[in-house]
Amino acid sequence: MADEMKIGAYICNGCGIGDRLDSGQLEMTATRDGKAAVCQQSDFLCSEAGVKMIQDDIDNEGVNHVVIAACSRRAKIEAFSFENVTLSRANLREGVIWVRPDEDDQRETTQEMADDYIRMACAESKYMKVPAASGQQEVNKNILIAGGGVSGMTAAIEASKAGYPCTIVEKTAALGGATAQLYKKIPTKAPYADPQDNGIAEMVATIEADSNITVCLNSTLTKTAGAPGRFEADISTESGSTETKSFGAIVQASGFTPYDANNLTEFSYSKSQDVITQAELEALAIAADGGAIKRPSDGKEVTNVMFIQCAGQRSKKEGHLEHCSGYCCSASIKQAMYFKDQNPDIDTTVLYSDLRTPGAGGENFYRSGQKKGIIFTKGIASEVVHSKNPIVKFKDLILDEEVEDEVDLVVLATGMVANAGEPTREQITIAENEAKEAGNEYTVSVESILNLDYRQGKDMPHMDNGFADSHFICFPYETQRTGMYAAGPTRRPMDIGQSMDDAMGAAMKAIAAAENAGLGKAAHPRVADLSFPTARLEGCTQCKRCTVECPFGAIDEDEKGFPQFNESRCRRCGTCMGACPVRVISFDNYSIDTVGQQLKAVDIPEEFDEKPRILVLACENDAYPALDMAAQNKMDYSAFTRVIPVRCLGSVSLSWITDSMNSGYDGIILMGCPSGDDYQCHFVKGSGTAQERMSKVADTLETLSLEPERVQTYEISITESDKVVKIINDMADTIEQIGMSPFKF
Amino acid sequence: MTDINTGMVEKYRNDFLKEVEANVEEGDWVKMCMQCGVCSGSCPLGSDWDHPPQELFMMIRAGKRDEVLQSTSMWMCTSCYNCIVRCPRELPITHIMHGLAHYATRLGIEPKNQPTRQFAQLFWDNLAKNGRVNELWLGVNLYFMNGFVNGIKVALGMAGIGLGMLKTGRLSLKELVGGHTVKDKKGFQAMIKKAQELEAARIDN
Repeated sequence: MADEMKIGAYICNGCGIGDRLDSGQLEMTATRDGKAAVCQQSDFLCSEAGVKMIQDDIDNEGVNHVVIAACSRRAKIEAFSFENVTLSRANLREGVIWVRPDEDDQRETTQEMADDYIRMACAESKYMKVPAASGQQEVNKNILIAGGGVSGMTAAIEASKAGYPCTIVEKTAALGGATAQLYKKIPTKAPYADPQDNGIAEMVATIEADSNITVCLNSTLTKTAGAPGRFEADISTESGSTETKSFGAIVQASGFTPYDANNLTEFSYSKSQDVITQAELEALAIAADGGAIKRPSDGKEVTNVMFIQCAGQRSKKEGHLEHCSGYCCSASIKQAMYFKDQNPDIDTTVLYSDLRTPGAGGENFYRSGQKKGIIFTKGIASEVVHSKNPIVKFKDLILDEEVEDEVDLVVLATGMVANAGEPTREQITIAENEAKEAGNEYTVSVESILNLDYRQGKDMPHMDNGFADSHFICFPYETQRTGMYAAGPTRRPMDIGQSMDDAMGAAMKAIAAAENAGLGKAAHPRVADLSFPTARLEGCTQCKRCTVECPFGAIDEDEKGFPQFNESRCRRCGTCMGACPVRVISFDNYSIDTVGQQLKAVDIPEEFDEKPRILVLACENDAYPALDMAAQNKMDYSAFTRVIPVRCLGSVSLSWITDSMNSGYDGIILMGCPSGDDYQCHFVKGSGTAQERMSKVADTLETLSLEPERVQTYEISITESDKVVKIINDMADTIEQIGMSPFKF
Repeated sequence: MTDINTGMVEKYRNDFLKEVEANVEEGDWVKMCMQCGVCSGSCPLGSDWDHPPQELFMMIRAGKRDEVLQSTSMWMCTSCYNCIVRCPRELPITHIMHGLAHYATRLGIEPKNQPTRQFAQLFWDNLAKNGRVNELWLGVNLYFMNGFVNGIKVALGMAGIGLGMLKTGRLSLKELVGGHTVKDKKGFQAMIKKAQELEAARIDN
């Protein structure tokens, strides 16, 4: 690449751009204002000839900064991808002609819009660099799997098949986890009619025969440090010896603990031996081994059994689980079949309020249970009376009446509590404060699984109901700790079949993470992004905002409090850049300047021209696509709008807001993803952090005697194309009411 | 209580579901109901049933023998087949309703004064005689179903229509005596008799 910067601007006249805009004028803008050394037009830029024209200029003319003035940066990505140059896109199609009516009196403002987008793209191009390697890249194909249950074993088998050596760290003395304790499992194969062998012996045999898989039994992880591609894990055995091994990525398959049925005093669990949990019934079934199942109290052969679903779960009562554990309905059907298959005359009743049998075969399995004569009664149990034979009191929800039923045995379908390890430091602090307010003391009662050496805490963050982190809406496997993937019931409640599928997915993600780390590429959602954040440390004030606000724990601090970036933990959202008050953090191709210079490049007309300027900083993940979609649907918005895509609202620097106010913009709109509990932010906390930062902007505006309405933040989902248009047009109306900004010139 | 009813109670004790499975037409489908309620919601007369189909199925499973068999509910079914079309579990609900009604009648514990039941009985008696429906007598019997005075009133109310039908030849007074029959009346009656014997044998077992 030539050392000297040479901008090449390429203007497309296709898709109606040439008919609506004066391309000669655009070319002049690019060369005169944008300082493009080369500027060419094409009637069909994304065609083979058009692309070749650009490539020829790169090869022969020394063009190293390419500006493409055509469609949205989200279109024609394959065509416009060039090696070793920077690429800026002026969005003339979705950003200009498709959002403006084709009318003569609109031509002037439409042309101004297009000219500004060319200036902006050239300005951005000037401040972009081709991302260079960080030197931190390292390939390590070893995958660490925490947990040797069915999820962990599946992950190991699958990763090994793909050629990646695995190490399973299992706390107990044997592989198999909860599944090994089952007499039989819910069927995972068609016709999904009968319980299946639990399959653990086969899996263990496969693992033992596989030299690519190392199994550490009676072992725990006492420390996990590093980053994807270079994790260092201390594997300690019960006897006290510790071995340190390095890994490329981690799968956490730490499973679940059954809910403690002793909390269910109303069901007489601790009083009656004949009120048992599903797990205890498995033990009885194993003991019976196909013969008649005998109840614990007096060894009587069971002739009448009732299964109480949702025992201590799906309930807001103190000490109960709020979630549905998802597997217990199928498990009860399976266990009722233990009885029915042995003797069809045994009465088996499943007392449910909502029967849920997820998974491909769930419905077939339910039907098979009905065919075998299991009675399904829709009702809610209120009490189990302890007597010689337990008496179940319940309300029949269909017949609307209170019923009492005397049975030989009661089985409680208690749920799953995830083994997700410790909450994060932040979560612990919140819990401590809440406890203090209530006059209690909070102690972390669970053991850490990963024992991470991260400033954010020892394990992945906990999500709703204590399950390990996962972005359940958009990318279920991704967690807030890059290169670590939760699989199985530690991630969300699931049964064996689902856990195996889940583990397979997590193993594939782990492999991708290990490989990406070797290439210096980002993981989801900026897949394959080669840029990474760097800081001019001489300007750093050690305020630690970047380390605290990073949603992924990617930034450590050295002993002096300076940030240390772990490139392979980073997802390239830029939240650190937005957080930095002294603006020292940047990416090669995304920085304070690449956006700051764009907004300065916009031509701001004088006040009496009555042409206001509205700056839209739109998140590239949801809001920008929503704007593109509005354009595709030919919805119009104000010609005074100038949209700049940002990686995440979290990357928005307050300096951009003050700069644009100072240069005379009349209104600023920030569009990010929904934040909060049901967040859709692709970087978890970015939009939430931005909301918080922007809440303070109103005060700043007032000190400048500016109306606070001039800066507005919105949460946009990708489908809300009509909403984005309304927001922009409302802002235009607001400006008309409150008047133009007094800061022009 | 009839003898046959007592017999059935003895035979199945408290397992009403098994009794239904063994004796009611399509009764072995009852256990497959998943209580979604689509049948009840789809029934055009659903709001007038004491117990919509879904509830009847639950009552059968809960062993509510008398409530089910003495219920007027299944007699409300007009055979529109909406429920069959919509049932996600593909239960032949309409057939089960008629099966239940029929079984209750066999046991002699059906709701005697339910109008649909009364009409069904009149229709059957009329049909079984000659193998053809004698519309004149069916009408007369229907009018006088609720007593002589009421019958006269209904008949007078319908007189206009009746005269019109006579005039256009759609009703024949000849039907009052004898009426038309199937070709082989004896054979038809033998057939019905045999069928009844077969069914009685099935239920008695």
